[in-house]
Amino acid sequence: MNAKYEAVIGLEVHSQIKTDTKVFCNCSTDFHSQPNTNICPVCTGQPGVLPVLNKKAVELLVRTGLALECRINKKSVFARKQYFYPDLPKNYQISQYDLRFAEHGKLNISVDGGVKTIGITRIHLEEDAGKLVHDIGMKKLDYSLADYNRTGIPLMEIVSEPDMRTPQDAAAYLTALKSLIEYLETSDCNMEEGKFRCDANVSIRPVGQKEFGTKAELKNMNTISGVEEALVYEIQRQIEVVENGGKIVQETRTWDPDEKVTKSMRSKENAHDYRYFPDPDLVPVILDDEFINGIKKNIPELPEIRKQRFIAQYGLSEYDANVIISDKPLADYYESALETASKQAENSGKQIANWITTELLGKLNSAKLTIKESPVKADNLGTLVALIIKGTISGKIAKMVFEDMFNDGKDPDTVIKEKGLVQISDEGAIVAICKEAVAESPKIVEEYKAGKERAIGAIVGLVMKKSKGKANPQMVNKILIDLLKQ
Amino acid sequence: MNEIIKMTATELAEKIKTKQLKSAEVVQAFIQRAKETDSKIKAYMEITEEYAMAQAKASDEKIASGKETGALEGVPIAIKDNILIKDLRMTASSKILENYIAPYDATVIEKLKNSGAVFVGKTNLDEFAMGSSTENSAFFTTKNPWDTDRIPGGSSGGSASAVGAMTAPLALGTDTGGSIRQPASCCGIVGVKPTYGRVSRFGAVAFASSLDQIGPMSKTVEDSALLLNVIAGYDKKDSTSINKDVGDYVKNINKDLKGLKIGLPKEYFIDGLDADVKKSIDQAIKIYKNLGCEIVEISLPHTDYAIAVYYIICCSEASANLARYDGVRYGFRAQCDNLLDEYKKSRGQGFGPEVKRRIMLGTYALSAGYYDAYYGKAQKVRTLIKQDFEKAYEKVDIIMTPSAPTPAFKIGEKSADPLQMYLSDIFTISCNLAGVAGMSLPCGFSKDGIPVGMQLLSKHFDEETMFNVAYKYQQATDFHKQFPRI
Repeated sequence: MNAKYEAVIGLEVHSQIKTDTKVFCNCSTDFHSQPNTNICPVCTGQPGVLPVLNKKAVELLVRTGLALECRINKKSVFARKQYFYPDLPKNYQISQYDLRFAEHGKLNISVDGGVKTIGITRIHLEEDAGKLVHDIGMKKLDYSLADYNRTGIPLMEIVSEPDMRTPQDAAAYLTALKSLIEYLETSDCNMEEGKFRCDANVSIRPVGQKEFGTKAELKNMNTISGVEEALVYEIQRQIEVVENGGKIVQETRTWDPDEKVTKSMRSKENAHDYRYFPDPDLVPVILDDEFINGIKKNIPELPEIRKQRFIAQYGLSEYDANVIISDKPLADYYESALETASKQAENSGKQIANWITTELLGKLNSAKLTIKESPVKADNLGTLVALIIKGTISGKIAKMVFEDMFNDGKDPDTVIKEKGLVQISDEGAIVAICKEAVAESPKIVEEYKAGKERAIGAIVGLVMKKSKGKANPQMVNKILIDLLKQ
Repeated sequence: MNEIIKMTATELAEKIKTKQLKSAEVVQAFIQRAKETDSKIKAYMEITEEYAMAQAKASDEKIASGKETGALEGVPIAIKDNILIKDLRMTASSKILENYIAPYDATVIEKLKNSGAVFVGKTNLDEFAMGSSTENSAFFTTKNPWDTDRIPGGSSGGSASAVGAMTAPLALGTDTGGSIRQPASCCGIVGVKPTYGRVSRFGAVAFASSLDQIGPMSKTVEDSALLLNVIAGYDKKDSTSINKDVGDYVKNINKDLKGLKIGLPKEYFIDGLDADVKKSIDQAIKIYKNLGCEIVEISLPHTDYAIAVYYIICCSEASANLARYDGVRYGFRAQCDNLLDEYKKSRGQGFGPEVKRRIMLGTYALSAGYYDAYYGKAQKVRTLIKQDFEKAYEKVDIIMTPSAPTPAFKIGEKSADPLQMYLSDIFTISCNLAGVAGMSLPCGFSKDGIPVGMQLLSKHFDEETMFNVAYKYQQATDFHKQFPRI
């Protein structure tokens, strides 16, 4: 970024609340259903229908609000946000305007080794719109099809303060938010399925200036890296406009992920007047302390706290702990592997973390698998590490075993048995091989006895070769030293 | 004239249950009457003969087999055509819904079906219930059975006229600012607007959600009480319905009125009140004095603002409620090449002038920069109007007023002047704004032989007192026993 300017970024995240049914009717929220099968008179806006609030959606939103340290408002009101579009059956969206469920929270994010606190302005509840389809496969249609399955699915809109200064901040915020929500299990956060969507407000100002510049609202970013890329582009674009003597206009811009540019959608003059007013079909929602405290009690361990615990309890490095807790299923996997290992050996915490960050994640990435789909189950990884610690196999052999475990989904004991990879720890057997090796290496023995202690490595190598890598390396070392002293 | 059609719903229900009459012959008698008279009256959008005869047959079989019967088993009822009956056409008397087939039953319809009621037809209304004469129906104007040159009132003019012309002993209407009570007054029948929240609105086409209520219409007070017994109650599908026990409105209908305090709001007895109306109300006051009631002058000081407040609120809510009629999913669609034209033309051609006027008024009142001055202010004054009633009920048990400033006027007399038309609801509007219960019952005839109605307004959820006070009046008078000559 041009050092003369800094960016000011605020994000609006729409996260689909994980309920079985829609927010104002009983239709299913299943993502994989055939078009227009999860619909009813209410969510298709037939005459005479009325909305009835899904209590579960409120619970999950409040849970999220509490985890983000928001103030939960005792009284909340739904409002109608009015605009015409064919994906919006009533031509108004039930949303919230001034009395919202949660306000004034915060979220800590890690950037460049430091911690920043990003303010959460508010979280409100609203219904999703439907989906318009403009093509079938590759075929572009000259009409549009409407699918109302998504209409009425509950969304929480999480609005941040304009506290971010770089695209990296924004990416870190989204990663942290996504991770938090996954821990809370209040949303699936699946960006591909549109369950976690983000709009960005961004402006630039000369470094040192307090007033905000004129902002642009960016839409249509479908991945966290997409948000980052779009912000990088947009900040540069705004700097160039200003540097060339131009003025930024307040507008909504859309990110084109193919061309990698933002394009103007509509200017402020053409902005919608949504004509919000309280929805007379819904009564104000009054939340009492009992309800809020009940939710508070059931909030699970959150990522930041879990990270600290992993560092303190299992001796993980800050880096490893960060990697592992960032994805709740991965952290669960880690603890499950650790539990198995701890039954068989001590102090496996660090080693398991190493295996996950250096071996497992790389393999999962190239196979495009999530941790839940891992062919190596947590207890099998735990057993593998325990076998290393116990000395049943060497670290080197373990890598071969792991390879087979990943490819065939087998447990380590089976692989070791099938391939005869058990480490030789029988002293008599090792002594025999060592004697053989010493006898075959008179020159090296001479060098060693002449004081070149490092020469022993060559004999160790020969022993390992003769034992097909199965001889216990610590024992080999000790026995060879004893033999050579004689 | 067939004697059956002169009977009350209470009598019919009793005679059908005790097998003195068959539902089929009762229903046939009313449908026969409708066929003979409706070409002159035009109360019905549709006479649902086939549907009704199937229901009547089922009721008769139920009774013959000795199965448990409902409170309205086999009794005919006409339904205002903005209430949904599954598989029947529901137009709201609008071109935009001309061919709309209801995909579900309104809650009141479900309850009526469970009670054994038989649906003989869908009745005409002012388009989307916006009007006081049925002249705003997109299809035709209903005539007053007492004088076919006159309006039947509105918007439930079809239902009022159907009961007045004895083509149905019962009807359902909806009342947003007087749409049950004013036509009841015009047609010489009883019409009840229950307390807001007493009857589920689910399945009634929304006009102004915070004001709309479904209510009974009948020749006698007792029949309306009987019908309200069936349709009242909490409905989980309507979040604004109130979870409060429904009493038996018939049981205590005959209680002595001695010592009961009736309030006459001075703001309703203004100079220029129609002489025939004044005379009838004065007579009613005498009757109540004779029944031992105490007559107390009261004040509802914010009455003058009611019309302005009402039109801001009802138009604002309507502008959002009617947004869904866009031709995209159902209803009238003007085929165009692009979306904006399609919206404009579908709505431009689908809605009539009064509906468009109110949508525009409401859109304006909710617009950015005007919201506080109009909608916000109107809500505040609405609270004052509500407080007026609360204060009044500290002094009196019930309030009595004329139902309308004049008896039914001539067709065409006010249709060119919307403001004049709006003033026909001047006495009924405050009741909806305050949310209290109200009813109109016949209390005389003008010198031209046109019915005059009086209005009773009860406390929230005190329909029991209202029915009691009205019933006692009908016991002492015979205005409800007069039949128009058609």
